[in-house]
This record gives sequence, C-alpha cells and structure tokens, in this order.
Amino acid sequence: MSNNIFRTCPDTGLKFHGPAETLMKVNAVAAVVFLLVGGFYGLLVGLTRWQAVHLLEASDFYMVLTLHGINVLIFWMIFFEIAVLYFCSSVLLGCRLATPKWAWVGFALMVIGAVMNNVIVLQGSSSVMMTSYVPMEAHPLFYLSLILFAVGALIGCFVFFGTLVIAKAEKTYEGSVPLVTFGAITAAVIAVFTIVSGAIVLLPTFLWSVGLVGEIDVLAYRLIWWAFGHSSQQINVAAHVSVWYAIVAILFGAKPLSEKVSRTAFLMYILFLQLASVHHLLVDPGVSSNFKMFNTSYAMYLAVMASMVHGLTVPGSMEAAQRARGHTAGLFTWLRKAPWGNPTFSGMFISLVGFGFLGGITGVVMGAEQINILVHNTLYVPGHFHATVVLGSTMAFMALTYWLVPILFRREIVMKGLAKWQPYIFGLGMSGVALFLMGAGTLGVPRRHWDIGFAGTGGMTHEFPAAAYTMLALNGLSVILAVAGGAAFCVIIVGSLLFGKKLGDQPMAEPCIVAPVTDEEYNANGGSAYAIPGTIVLAMIFFASFALYYFINWKYLAETWGIG
Amino acid sequence: MSSLSPPAKKLWWNEPIHKSELLWISLVFVWGMVMTFMMPYWHVVGKQNLGTETYGTTPKAFQAATQAFVDQYDTGRTEGPKNFPVVAPPEGGDVYLMARLWDWWPIVELKKGATYRFHLSSLDWQHGFSLQPANINVQVVPNYEHVFSLTPNAAGEFSVICNEYCGIGHHLMIGKILVVD
Repeated sequence: MSNNIFRTCPDTGLKFHGPAETLMKVNAVAAVVFLLVGGFYGLLVGLTRWQAVHLLEASDFYMVLTLHGINVLIFWMIFFEIAVLYFCSSVLLGCRLATPKWAWVGFALMVIGAVMNNVIVLQGSSSVMMTSYVPMEAHPLFYLSLILFAVGALIGCFVFFGTLVIAKAEKTYEGSVPLVTFGAITAAVIAVFTIVSGAIVLLPTFLWSVGLVGEIDVLAYRLIWWAFGHSSQQINVAAHVSVWYAIVAILFGAKPLSEKVSRTAFLMYILFLQLASVHHLLVDPGVSSNFKMFNTSYAMYLAVMASMVHGLTVPGSMEAAQRARGHTAGLFTWLRKAPWGNPTFSGMFISLVGFGFLGGITGVVMGAEQINILVHNTLYVPGHFHATVVLGSTMAFMALTYWLVPILFRREIVMKGLAKWQPYIFGLGMSGVALFLMGAGTLGVPRRHWDIGFAGTGGMTHEFPAAAYTMLALNGLSVILAVAGGAAFCVIIVGSLLFGKKLGDQPMAEPCIVAPVTDEEYNANGGSAYAIPGTIVLAMIFFASFALYYFINWKYLAETWGIG
Repeated sequence: MSSLSPPAKKLWWNEPIHKSELLWISLVFVWGMVMTFMMPYWHVVGKQNLGTETYGTTPKAFQAATQAFVDQYDTGRTEGPKNFPVVAPPEGGDVYLMARLWDWWPIVELKKGATYRFHLSSLDWQHGFSLQPANINVQVVPNYEHVFSLTPNAAGEFSVICNEYCGIGHHLMIGKILVVD
C-alpha cells in the first residue's frame, strides 16, 4: 500500500489518508466487538447480582466479573481511543499517518493480547478481577496478555505523536493544532504515563508468577497498579471531552468560547489528574494522611476544576453557536432546538449530563480522604464508575460512531428509527445501573461479592436492609435495559457496515456537518451570542447539587463510630 | 473555524476570556479551596479520621500476636458455626483482628463509648474490613499491621464482611463484633 493515497470526503471536506482510514476502521470494529463481548458478560453479572435471580454459580460469577471489567474497561475503550487518536491526528490535520506498518504491529499486539486474555480467563484459573491484586495469583499468560496489549497501545500512541511531528514538518496545517486534537494529545500523554506504570507493575508480577521474582510488596503493587488502573480511566475522560468538543463543532459549527480556557483545562488534566490514583489508597495502611490529602485533592482540586470548566464550555460553546444562528429567545431555546432525534447529539448530551451529575459529583465526594471510609470497596464504587466510564465515555464514543460510520465506511446508518432511540435506552439503563449500585453501596453492600445473603456460611450472616435487595433487583432491570441499548448499538453499527446503503463518492442527501459559525455571526447584535445565560443556569444547578451532596456525606460520616 | 480546525487567530492566547467563563472559573476555584480545606479541617474537628500507623509484620508474627490477645481476654464463650472464641478486651485496650481465607478471627466484644486500638492484618491475600451497618471500610493487606482506633457509638451485633475479593470463598467470609452497653 502506498503511503500517500488520500481521498477527500465529499460530505465533510476532510482529507482521509488511505492507510490511516483502514487502521481507524479495524480499530473501531475491534472496539465494538469487545464492547459486545464485555457487555454480554455485564448482563450475566447484573443478573447474578439480582439475588432473586442469582444466575451464575460463584466460580463462574467471579470469572465473568473479571472478563466484564477487562473487556469493556480496557479493550473496548483503548481500541476506540486508538481510532480517535488517528482521526484527531491524520484526519483533522490532513496529514499522512506515521509508519502505518508499526500501527499495524500495534494493532496486532492488541488483538493478540485481548484474545489471549479472554481465553486464559475463560479457562478458570485467572479469576483475579481486573486489579489482579497480589499475592493472589493468576496464570502467567494473564499478565503477559495485558503486557502485550499495553505494548500495542503504546505503539499506537507513538504513531499518533509521529503523525503530529510529520504534520508540523510538512506544514499540513497552520498555526496551532485544533482544540480537539489538543485534547487528544492530552489523552495520549496520559496514556503513555498509564502504560509505563502498567509495565512497571505487570512485568515484575509476570516474572513473579513464573517464579523468577521472589515476592511482590503488596502496598507497592497497589500504589503502582492504581497509577495504571485509574490513569487509564483518565485517558477516557480526556478522550471523551475531546469527543464532546468535536460533536458540538460538527453539529453546531461551534468554536470554543475561548481557546485559552479550554486548552488550559486540558493541560491541567496532564498536570493533576493522575494524582487521583491515590483515591484508591485512602483506607490503606502505610500511606500518610498528608500524602492522601494532597493527591486526592488533585493538588487542590485543580483537575476537578478542569472538568467543571469543560462542563461549562462545551454546552456554552454550543449555546453561543446556536444563539449566533438565531436561536436567541429565552433561556433554553438553543437547547430545545437541538437535534434530539440525532443519536450523535442525544448521545453526547446524555454523556455530558451523566458524566457530570452522576459520575463527577460522586467521584469527587467519595475521593475526600475521610468520606472514602464510608464507601471504599462497596458497590458505590462500581456505581460511580459506570456513570463516568459507561455513561460518560462509552456513550460519547457511541455518539461519535454514528457520525463516523457514514464518513469513514461510506455506508448509511441502518435502522434509523432504532438509532434515534438507542442513546435514550442505553442512557436510561446505565443511569439506573449507576444510581442503584451507588444506592446499594450506601447501604454497605460489598462489591465483587456473589451472595449478600450469606447462604453458605453455616449460620453466620448479616442482614442487609430490604432496600439493598430492592436496589440490586432494580439494578438487574437497569442492566437489562442498558444491555438492550448496547446490543442495539452493536446491531446498528455492524448492520450498517454490512448492509448500509453504499454512499460512494456522492455527498449525502442531508449534510452531516454544519459550517463553522463565523465571527460576523458571533459578533452580530453586539456579541450577545457569547452571553450564555442558559448554560450558566444549568451550571448553577450542577453546582448546587454538588455542594449539597458533598456536605450530606460529611453528615453521614459524622454519624458513624469514632475512628482515629 | 470550529474546534475541528486550528484557531482562526494565531495568537489565541491573547484573546480575552469571556465573563461567563471567568465567573464560573472563580466559583469553581473557590469551591475547590473549600473542599481542600474540609479534609484537614475534619482532622481537627471530626471524629472520623482513619489512623495511618503501620508496622511491617509477617503472617506468623501477627498470628502469634492475635493468639496471645485471644488467650489473654477469652470470655470462654464461643459463637458461630466454627465456634470462634468471643474475646472481650478491657476498655481502651488493644484488639487484634486477623483476616485469612475465609475468616475474621476472633469474635470481639466491645463496650459502647470506649475506644480501642485495632490491629489489622491478613495472613494470606488482601481482604476488606467492612463493618456493617456502621459502614466503616478499611483495606487489609498481608505483611503490614495497620493500627487505628475505633469507638463504637451504638450497642448491638455488628458484622465484619470481606469487601476485597479474595477468591472463591470471598462471599463466605464474615465475622462479628459485639458491642455491649
């Protein structure tokens, strides 16, 4: 394959580099496959958690829970993010992809690692959960599979960086990179940090599992593993925030309110977000309170500030663009007139609201040093990250996929009626999962636990309140709804790739990208478009919810035993 | 020019920040300061601050220490299907609680309102000390002895559930702390 084949997209005017395009396709397809696999495992987990159904046996439950976590939290996310990185570099900068051969090597390593991991866990000897805490031991190939996957992903990151260098050298763009690419750069920088941490912790663990290293210090493992485990979720945050900006640019022609603010907020992710890994060590021995407080406040909540800034500027830039285009009446006309039937928009907006209200607030609250005592290792934790990773990242990636498929594969989306509803079904189901898991966690229900009825203990038991059982049942129903929504997504996307009407070189009947709002449009009426009263009202509602929930939890904490 | 293209103005860092953004950034910054302040503040006024006193230990040494604790304060009573000893340390005394696959040993009897120094460690894998319904959750790891104090504020039977996955018997791992008036 020659390395300078380009086509210009008839719909968007974007320049697609042949090898980059193929690589984006294979990475995106692999992502969807692992989403399907991991989502199916999630269904089994949810139906076992529902005490009245209790689908799986204990050993199968722990195995499937291990598979669920790794497939969706790592494989689906990273494959998709590699596609996003190639898009944000090669496509947005109109540049050839650096070393496509290496990109293929990376992809192959990721596929081998991911498949190997599933096979080895399915054999039953590696039900160690995603965290694989030592000294519990998995099969050596379990660690090796993750290492292979990580090396592959690291190669993908360097292909991305290489592409940036080429674009700069060959002057394929002028001035600074677009904001969306800037966001992708932060994601990739965090990814390198993440993967290096993963290597530092998993390589010795692999050697230990084959008998070449004597002992792994448990606390050191926890500290470094979380530099990998939590940071990998920060890649998702940086990536999905970039996707938010991309979608408001695509659908509304929006530009950031100010480049400086949005870019500084991304930069703060690199500087402060990784510190949050220490959230996982708040009730560990051997770590001082000062260390905990400094890190879990992300050095004074500067990364939280960054997310809250994006939370304002994404809808804010959309409001400004809508107002500039004439939706000026009242507080919320700009929002009411948004294309709610377009899954790219509805998915993005559900992601924004779900990530902020359900995921963001709860994450910061339970990350306070002392409040963490109430929720550590309870179901509250999975509840929280289903809001951030699934409702936030996965939903945003799904939304972007609806837009990418016709552009990239030149196929129309099939089953448009279902596609219109899919984000709502998935979003509602996953909001339920997040809320009911957090509800059960608040009542003390442990995570990664097969039976809170303690039937097999021979008489020693704990009676959880009836509400806990109700929460788990409602969670089961929500899981079914969410999996239906997730399956609908996979069916629509795979169906479109196979059977969607071919678009060829002709532009689509309906334009799929809105022309950028011009300065003249923004500046009409004395620049009133930049006043964003609707977004400010939404932001204040968010702030009030945040503050209220934060102090409620201190009150809860004050009611328990004295701890010193 | 949208967020998908390079900024229209090359010197974008000289562009002014909009009022609404400034307002929000200021509010969020102040809020961050409030939250930053809350944690050390709670160390001063709050009664729930998990101690971080930690010692290196070995499973053997910790087991011996726990055995000595049980021998010294054994009430002679036993509880549960495995007839674990019920141990009642004096007010203000030390409590040794041992986590192993898949037990919490022994069963401890405390007095409401009294403060005890808990020593926690694991003999094998990682475990999670989850005291219910008080909802106090602490990570338990092998080779480290974590020492912190607990002051029960209610009488009754409390369960110690394991909330760190520890293998196939994880859901069978449950212990008791009894609190008397």
